[in-house]
Amino acid sequence: MSILVLADLHEGQLAGATAHVVAAAKAIGGDIDVLIAGEGVQAAADAAAKLDGVSKVRVADNAVYAHQLAEPMGALLVELAGDYTHVLASASTTGKNVLPRLAALKDVSQLSDVIGVESADTFKRSIYAGNAIATVKSDDVLKVMTVRTTAFDAVGDSGSATVEAVDVVVENTQSSFVKQELAQSDRPELGGAKVVISGGRGMGNGDNFKLLNGIADKLGAAVGASRAAVDAGFVPNDMQVGQTGKIVAPDLYIAVGISGAIQHLAGMKDSKVIVAINKDDEAPIFQVADYGLVGDLFEILPELESKL
Amino acid sequence: MKILVAVKRVIDYNVKIRVKADHSDVDLTNVKMAMNPFCEIAVEEAVRLKEKGVATEVVAVSIGPKAAQEQLRTALALGADRALHIETDERAESLAVAKLLAKVVDAEQPGLVILGKQAIDTDNNQTGQMLAALTNLPQGTFASEVAVDGDKVNVTREIDGGLQTIALTLPAIVTTDLRLNEPRYAKLPDIMKAKKKPMDVKTPADYGVEVASKVSLLKVESPAERKGGIKVASVDELIDKLKNEAKVL
Ligand SMILES: Cc1cc2nc3c(=O)[nH]c(=O)nc-3n(C[C@H](O)[C@H](O)[C@H](O)COP(=O)(O)OP(=O)(O)OC[C@H]3O[C@@H](n4cnc5c(N)ncnc54)[C@H](O)[C@@H]3O)c2cc1C
Ligand SMILES: Cc1cc2nc3c(=O)[nH]c(=O)nc-3n(C[C@H](O)[C@H](O)[C@H](O)COP(=O)(O)OP(=O)(O)OC[C@H]3O[C@@H](n4cnc5c(N)ncnc54)[C@H](O)[C@@H]3O)c2cc1C
Repeated sequence: MSILVLADLHEGQLAGATAHVVAAAKAIGGDIDVLIAGEGVQAAADAAAKLDGVSKVRVADNAVYAHQLAEPMGALLVELAGDYTHVLASASTTGKNVLPRLAALKDVSQLSDVIGVESADTFKRSIYAGNAIATVKSDDVLKVMTVRTTAFDAVGDSGSATVEAVDVVVENTQSSFVKQELAQSDRPELGGAKVVISGGRGMGNGDNFKLLNGIADKLGAAVGASRAAVDAGFVPNDMQVGQTGKIVAPDLYIAVGISGAIQHLAGMKDSKVIVAINKDDEAPIFQVADYGLVGDLFEILPELESKL
Repeated sequence: MKILVAVKRVIDYNVKIRVKADHSDVDLTNVKMAMNPFCEIAVEEAVRLKEKGVATEVVAVSIGPKAAQEQLRTALALGADRALHIETDERAESLAVAKLLAKVVDAEQPGLVILGKQAIDTDNNQTGQMLAALTNLPQGTFASEVAVDGDKVNVTREIDGGLQTIALTLPAIVTTDLRLNEPRYAKLPDIMKAKKKPMDVKTPADYGVEVASKVSLLKVESPAERKGGIKVASVDELIDKLKNEAKVL
C-alpha cells in the first residue's frame, strides 16, 4: 500500500492537523508520502519531513498553488494520485474543499470525516451529528478520505524523510484569490487545544467574551462559541464548535451559557471532561457534563478567573 | 441567468435518530423529514438573486424517493420557478448525485448552481465539489457572501482560520454556509401556488447514470453514551473537582 497525505498549511507553515492525518495513514499501513502544495513552502516541507512514519515529502511550490485554491489543487492531486492506493487529508476546510474533486475525477467515492481505521479498506465514520457511527467498506481502487483529526493522536517529530520537488504545474484561469481575513490570536488553535472554553447566546454580547478570555489566558485555553453566538455577531465564524463548525476533543471543555443542542454536542462530546455553566438547571448540556454549575455566568466567571 | 438549486430530503434537524437493533442502519421509520437546512439557504439565495434581477429563473432539483417531491414543493413555495425530480429508491451517494446533477447542468446550462455545503444526515460535505470537478466549473464552497458582478462571482468563504474571498468565472458552483442568509418561511398563498408550478420527473436511467456505489455499509452503531455527571454547588467545589478528581487543572 502507498498513501499520499495532503498537508494542511496555516499561513505557509505546516498546520498541526497533518501529524494526526499521518497517524491515520500509519493505522492503514504502507508507505506514506506527504504532499505540500503552496507558494514559499520550504519550511513547511522541512517540518513535514520530521513527522514519524513519513518516507517522502513531495513539494509543489508554485504561485498557482498559493492559497490552495480548489481547482489547481484538485488537478495536481489527479496528476499524482496514480502512484497511490489511498489519498488522505484532514477534514479541515481545505481538505473538504479539495479532496472531493480528486474523488470525482477518479470516479471513486470519498469517505468523509473518518474516525477509525479497521483495515485498509474498512473505516468508521460518524453520521447524523455523531449520533450514529457507520462502518463502511470501500471497494474503490483508490480510497479518498478526509480524517477527523481529534480521532487520531498526532505522530511524533523525530523522523527524517526525503524531500523531493514536484514539477507538475497546472493552469488555473477559473478562480483567483481576492483577500482573506484571518483571526489573529495568541491562544492555541481550537482543534488542537488541551482546554477549550466556549460561550453561547447566554454571553449576551461580544464584549462579554472577555470574561472567557481572562480564564482562557490562565488555562492556556482556546476560546470557542456556539452557532447562536456566531450568528448573533458576538464572535467570528472560525470560533464555531459543532456539527457544522469545528470538532474539538480537548481534555477539558467548559461550556458557558450554551444550552446543549445536538448540533453543538456533535462538536464537543468526545472531550475528556466537560464542565457546564448555565443558569437553567434543566439545560440539556447538563446531561453530558461531568460537572455542572447552575448559576449566573456574570457572577461565576469573574469568581472563577480570580480563584484559578 | 438561470440558477439551479439542489435540495435534499433529510431527517429534520431537531430529531435525534436511533440506530436499528440489528445495526444495519439508522431507523428512519416515521421520523419527521424536511429540507436539509443548508439547502433552504441555497434556495433562499437563489430567490434573492432573482428578486434583485440578477437571476431570471430558479430551477430546483432533488434526487431521491417519491417523497422528495415534498421538499421540491417547499422550494417552489419559497420562490423557485420549476422543479426537477430524479426519482430513485436506491441509496444515492454523493458521487452518483454529482453525476446526475452534472447531466442536469449540461441540459439546463445554468449560470450558477447553488448547493448546501453538507447534508445533515451523512455530513459528507462533498457533492458540490464533485459536481464542480465533473462539470469542470470553478467552485466557491462554504459561502457566507455571494456577489455576482458581470461574468464573475465573488464568493466569501468561511474557512477554518477566518474568511476568504475568491473570484470565480461564471458559470460556477457555490455551496452555502450558515451565515449566507436567513431563509424565509413559506406563506400559505405561496404554498398553494406552488402546487401548480411545473415539476418534471425523471429517473437516473434517463440520464444513463448508475446509482450503485462501491462503498458498502457494513454496520451502524450508537456512539458510546456519555453519562451525565454531578452538579457542584460552588466555584470552589468546581475547582477542587477539576484539580483532585478529574485532574485536568
Ligand atoms: C443546520 C444547522 C447546523 C447547526 N450547527 C451548529 C453548530 O455547528 N454548532 C452549534 O453550536 N450550533 C449549531 N446549530 C444551532 C443549534 O441548533 C442551536 O441553535 C445552538 O447551538 C444554540 O446556541 P446556544 O446554546 O448558545 O443558545 P441557546 O440555545 O439560546 O442557549 C443559551 C443558554 O444560555 C443560558 N444562559 C442565558 N443567560 C445566562 C446567564 N446569565 N448565565 C448562565 N447561563 C445563561 C440559557 O439558560 C441557555 O441554556 C445548528 C443548527 C442547524 C439547523
Ligand atoms: C456509507 C453510506 C451510507 C448511506 N446510508 C444511507 C441511508 O441509510 N439512507 C439514505 O437515504 N441514504 C444513505 N446514504 C446516501 C446519503 O444519504 C446521501 O444521499 C448521499 O451521500 C449524498 O448526500 P451527501 O450527504 O453526500 O451530500 P453532501 O455532499 O453532504 O450534500 C451537499 C449538498 O448536495 C446537494 N445534494 C446532496 N444530495 C442530494 C440529492 N439527493 N438531491 C439533490 N441535491 C442533493 C444538496 O444541495 C446538499 O445540501 C448513504 C451514503 C453512504 C456513503
